Amino acid sequence: MRSIRIGAGAGYAGDRIEPAVELAEKGRLDYLVFECLAERTIALAQQEKRKDPSRGYDPLLSERMRKVLEPCRAGGVKIVTNAGAANPVAAAERVREIARSLGLAGLRVAAVTGDDVLGQLEGSLHIQETGGTLADLGDRVISANAYIGAQPVAEALALNADVVITGRAADSAIFMAPLVHEFGWSMEDWTRLGRGTLAGHLLECAGQITGGYFADPGPKDVPDLARLGFPIGEVDEDGGLVITKVDGSGGRVSAATCKEQLLYEIDDPARYLAPDVVADFSGVEIRELGPDRVSVRGATGHERPETLKVSIGYRDGYIGEGQISYAGPGAVARARLALRIVEERLRLTGVRCRETRFELIGVDALHGATLSSGGPEPYEVRARVVGRTDSADEALRIGNEVETLYTNGPAAGGGATRQMREVIAVVSAFLPRERVSTTVQCLEVTP
Amino acid sequence: MKLRQIAHSRTGDKGTVANISVIAYRAEDYPILERYVTAARVKEHFHGIVRGEVERHALPRIGALNFVMRDALGGGVTRSLALDAHGKSLSSALLSLELPDAEGRGSSDDR
Repeated sequence: MRSIRIGAGAGYAGDRIEPAVELAEKGRLDYLVFECLAERTIALAQQEKRKDPSRGYDPLLSERMRKVLEPCRAGGVKIVTNAGAANPVAAAERVREIARSLGLAGLRVAAVTGDDVLGQLEGSLHIQETGGTLADLGDRVISANAYIGAQPVAEALALNADVVITGRAADSAIFMAPLVHEFGWSMEDWTRLGRGTLAGHLLECAGQITGGYFADPGPKDVPDLARLGFPIGEVDEDGGLVITKVDGSGGRVSAATCKEQLLYEIDDPARYLAPDVVADFSGVEIRELGPDRVSVRGATGHERPETLKVSIGYRDGYIGEGQISYAGPGAVARARLALRIVEERLRLTGVRCRETRFELIGVDALHGATLSSGGPEPYEVRARVVGRTDSADEALRIGNEVETLYTNGPAAGGGATRQMREVIAVVSAFLPRERVSTTVQCLEVTP
Repeated sequence: MKLRQIAHSRTGDKGTVANISVIAYRAEDYPILERYVTAARVKEHFHGIVRGEVERHALPRIGALNFVMRDALGGGVTRSLALDAHGKSLSSALLSLELPDAEGRGSSDDR
């Protein structure tokens, strides 16, 4: 039975670059897919695009493409990525420029657009998280992007594109599109689409299935994480899947790493909602075939949802934060005194916070007082104050009040840091799928 | 014994929802997970962190449970004030859950 090899070149926008180069050179791949778009990324990119219409795509796209375009061309490897973010067309133009500078005449670069639905939403659109409507968010809304499926990417591949760049496509869909294209899967073959979605789901976080986000010295050792190899999915015409990686790369592919990633970011495993299918992972079976080779079988699927999920980014105030460290005997008591002082200072100086946290890193910051109780007193501890405010000025004052502890607070506080950022929050809504139409544009590199 | 002795775990996030997998290292230990690591116990363990409901999904073929915890991420990754806004460290907290030792589980079937 025919099968193709798909490599995952990035699990998030800032991911390591060398593992993708290793895959391009030694992975014997058919496709190299880069997942670079977190929920909030596209809202930030939309702001960039508004300032400069030639921007708004992943800032690391250029570097990634400079490193992989030549080996991919040499090996006949096609590239798919959602790094187009808010501006897939500008991203495609940039990739064409890079390809031209590398002498890759004839290379075809496609941009998929249509996920940006900001201009076509009604104020009455129901927002899932708030229970309110889009109109409630007023002029704070900066982006709205529908999660598009595999179809337009497969269309781009059918136009002989060597590189396909999307904006907000579903993570699993950019991995499934090569399968739809290569094997001619029907977009109503729910079983195969369910299996393709599983392949995409397992590969989309790259190193998280080859031993990243896994090691726990003792019970779960992983070799050579500094040279972690990214995964390869071998997928056959029926959607049968083997996960593996480049021989000699760091990390490990085992039943355990595959099981953890199978359930990563999963709600009901029998109903994994994707744009093209409702996938069912509940009957999946995982078997080790050999070192770093794991078979994953048994996914199925049901008819796709009537609606597409839309991610809406909006400005939601500011977050200000300050931290300062204490060490040695009495460190925890001095850090707690520091927190009480800052709390009082914020009140005295009229900093209005919608929400605050006062906590000790090293004691109770991650899991709160209950889970953390009963631990021994640490040698050193870091006091952390963070709050959400409506104005940037007030957010700045939170960090300042921590910093002034140097000369006004408990003894021997060191290493104060402060930061302030605007909050771009993301909420979701659902749009009937027929309201979202996609377009494919293909550019060719001229000599 | 601690859950960590027989199982491994990973946390994921979507919006305000955190999910935690609990996976038996050995297939023969899966029934222990199914019996003792209930949705109610997990909710109690994360009291103060998880504000919403906790649901459990069983995947016996891979010896795993998936816990879905609603309203667990302080308003969601994008606006949370938490140091670990994604809740990625929650899996380690769950692995500290106490389970009865082998003799405590015994054959008398102590309900």
